[in-house]
Amino acid sequence: MVEWTDFERATIADIFSKIQYEVVGPAALARCLVVYPWTQRYFGNFGNLYNAAAISGNPMVAKHGTTILHGLDRAVKNMDDIKATYAELSVLHSEKLHVDPDNFKLLSDCLTIVVAAQLGKAFSGEVQAAFQKFLAVVVSALGRQYH
Amino acid sequence: MTTLTAKDKDAVRTFWAKVSGKEEDIGTDAVARMLAVYPQTKTYFAHWKDLSPSSPSARKHGITVMKGVADAVSKIDDLKGGLLTLSELHAFTLRVDPANFKILSHCLLVVLSIKFPNDFTPEAHVALDKFLAAVALALAEKYR
Repeated sequence: MVEWTDFERATIADIFSKIQYEVVGPAALARCLVVYPWTQRYFGNFGNLYNAAAISGNPMVAKHGTTILHGLDRAVKNMDDIKATYAELSVLHSEKLHVDPDNFKLLSDCLTIVVAAQLGKAFSGEVQAAFQKFLAVVVSALGRQYH
Repeated sequence: MTTLTAKDKDAVRTFWAKVSGKEEDIGTDAVARMLAVYPQTKTYFAHWKDLSPSSPSARKHGITVMKGVADAVSKIDDLKGGLLTLSELHAFTLRVDPANFKILSHCLLVVLSIKFPNDFTPEAHVALDKFLAAVALALAEKYR
């Protein structure tokens, strides 16, 4: 069981209430595909990913980025049992999508950087620590059903 | 990892020109974040009186680190040669586990993202990430 302090709970709820999922999701996924181009291996049917501009303007990337954020929302609403909440998603990513779990960390880092830009100075060291702890729990839950 | 292309170096130098003047703030913020987000990094600073992210020691260290990064930008065409002395320092005296270079790099990028939300584009991000990885590699050169 993950222990969350009051500060961490409040911080996560606050961050997700402030960010626009359809802005942050697409930006984070696009950034991941640009900064770590090998992650493009999972999006062979997304069309034009030839350069940063193409990636940032790609509607399938945008749609999937938003989907990811809505997926994170489920963890935000179930912080006391993220492991169970993500059991099915974990199986999906492992058995069907065959995503190397190391990629979850890459996307997490990009998400942190995009949220930092959105929140500016409000994204203090303590807020960053809470956010990264949350993402680490999510990443761990997503990797749990791999075998 | 990979070598820096001419395009990477240009992107780093262009971005760094914007950083000019703000190095101290960036360095102190990055180190403060590192200590707050990755508490295990505090183990390297047990000799400080005050380990809090906003302590004078942390601030001073942020400035020191940033001076090193700025120096690396100026030596971007030969990081291994240019950072030789720093590598020896990190290898024989400081003996910082190289995993921590990644941690500090990430914190640096977060600070840049906050301070330059419009300039820290995905293209600038990849160039700087590659650059910092190259710096880390050069710093670890003398480890073994």
